[in-house]
Amino acid sequence: MTEEIRGRSLWQDALARLKRNRAAVTALVLLALIVLLVTAGPWLSPWSLDEIDWDHISTPPSLETRHWFGTDSVGRDLFVRTLHGGRMSLMVGLVATAVSLVIGIAWGATAGYLGGRVDGFMMRVVDILYAMPFMFFVILLMVFFGRDILLIFVAIGAINWLDMARIVRGQTLALKQREFVEAAVACGLTAPRIIARHIVPNLLGVVAVYVTLTIPQVILVESFLSFLGLGVQEPATSWGALVNEGAQEMESAPWSLLFPAGFLAATLFCFNFIGDGLRDALDPRDR
Amino acid sequence: MALLEVKDLHVRFRTNDGEVRAVNGLSFSLEKGETLGLVGESGSGKSQAVLSILQLLADNGSFQGSIRFQGRELSTLDRKAMNRIRGNRIAMIFQDPMTALNGHLTVERQMTEVLEHHEGVKRREARRRAIEMLEAVQIPDAHKRIRRYPHEFSGGMRQRVMIAMALLCRPDLLIADEPTTALDVTVQAQILRLLRDLQQEFHMGILLITHDLGVVASLGDRVLVMYGGRTCEEAAVDELFRHPRHPYTRGLLGSVPRLDTPAGERLRAIPGNPPSLLALPPGCAFAPRCGERMAQCNEVQPAMREAAPGHGVACHLHGDGE
Repeated sequence: MTEEIRGRSLWQDALARLKRNRAAVTALVLLALIVLLVTAGPWLSPWSLDEIDWDHISTPPSLETRHWFGTDSVGRDLFVRTLHGGRMSLMVGLVATAVSLVIGIAWGATAGYLGGRVDGFMMRVVDILYAMPFMFFVILLMVFFGRDILLIFVAIGAINWLDMARIVRGQTLALKQREFVEAAVACGLTAPRIIARHIVPNLLGVVAVYVTLTIPQVILVESFLSFLGLGVQEPATSWGALVNEGAQEMESAPWSLLFPAGFLAATLFCFNFIGDGLRDALDPRDR
Repeated sequence: MALLEVKDLHVRFRTNDGEVRAVNGLSFSLEKGETLGLVGESGSGKSQAVLSILQLLADNGSFQGSIRFQGRELSTLDRKAMNRIRGNRIAMIFQDPMTALNGHLTVERQMTEVLEHHEGVKRREARRRAIEMLEAVQIPDAHKRIRRYPHEFSGGMRQRVMIAMALLCRPDLLIADEPTTALDVTVQAQILRLLRDLQQEFHMGILLITHDLGVVASLGDRVLVMYGGRTCEEAAVDELFRHPRHPYTRGLLGSVPRLDTPAGERLRAIPGNPPSLLALPPGCAFAPRCGERMAQCNEVQPAMREAAPGHGVACHLHGDGE
């Protein structure tokens, strides 16, 4: 009964449509499983992240030894390391995306809504930052401040908000022309209120799609950094770092590459499918 | 003291093709509780004139002239002072209720927001008053409907919501920009009747912009016919419909389909197109399309003259005893 009164928001509508998309739902379930495994999994194994099993160095997966994914070249359990790496990768993905989300939306919506000279200035700042060579920037940061996980979050987030700001600004420019914004102005509402209440909620559809595409992108960037040896520090690890290690001995111990790479690929696939599904569900048809 | 007094209003837009002169010396006044209909074709400047009252012109537009509201000059107010008047003392309803409501917010949120902003009332109180106003615009089950989203309302219902939103702060002046254009004819009649009732209840002035003479006939007290950004005729509704004097007004009235028109007779349209606002003719703006054009029409701009008590017309046919 209460549901009948409440009315269905556009979001609820979109969710209903998303539920009908089989690929997206499968991806969601799979992703949920991965997240669950990554958070709870390491407790299931008798091994810990940096424990060395001297009896089993570079051994293939086996139930008997309780090294379910095998061990790496120094005898650490790959099951635990893969899941720990997953925690790190997902966390980088989420945190860096959240950083880029907050800065990007605030910056882009403000620039787009205020327009004129303010917009020009704000977007030139974005252009200038865009022109900086990212890798060079990250390497410099690492050299100056040492390898720090926080720094990776900041560096990746600081780069990704630029895209977000551009997308949000473009959307805001279009939204600004819409009549309900004009109506809000005619109601005497102030600019910050209009941005917060009328512009941003209408942006979230596009932003949500973009976020599902940004998270895998960020995970990839982190993997790339780790692959170059600029990412997380031992004994902590990430999927990128594990793939890097695995790749070095993939002829003698292919499992050390396959497991982390499989998890990484599966996660990226999931995010992309969810993003696709969201885009269809949030089809910008006005209703 | 008139509720709203506009004197010698000019609106200009800077464009790449040059300066567009949308409004050129428009003057009118509106009393409390009165309805003034601004009638004209697309591009006659009626919407822009009204937008400049609320300072809602597009970024490339600017206006000159005096706009006095309750004796207070609006044209010199800064944005902050203007925001206190918008939606509070002067409210506006828009043409298309489909796009003028935010689809991501419930009707309740959109309505309470205005009250919270202008009067600083608490959410609960704002909600109570919003429901009251929805009931005033005859939305059934207002206390339930208020929690719904705009897309769950029909077009007529949405326009009612828009009207309720505009009336929340009990404004003294309501600007209605083609309030019924986007609606079905039957719904149109309901909305017009509603507006008339509400006007009596709240005793506000209504500035009604429309291109539909039928709408003016059913709601207006006085009519102002605009062409090329100027007034060409202004009179009480009955007077104007009975004795239209300006050739343009006569043309407009002649182009309305009527039930008593003999079958098979063609509808008379006014020949030609509205003038380009980039380069208005030096004389009467309507001269190129006018069937009763005289020599001086092309050179001298006709001044506003009183053709009958309360009936002003700007046309050389009715000037200087010619």
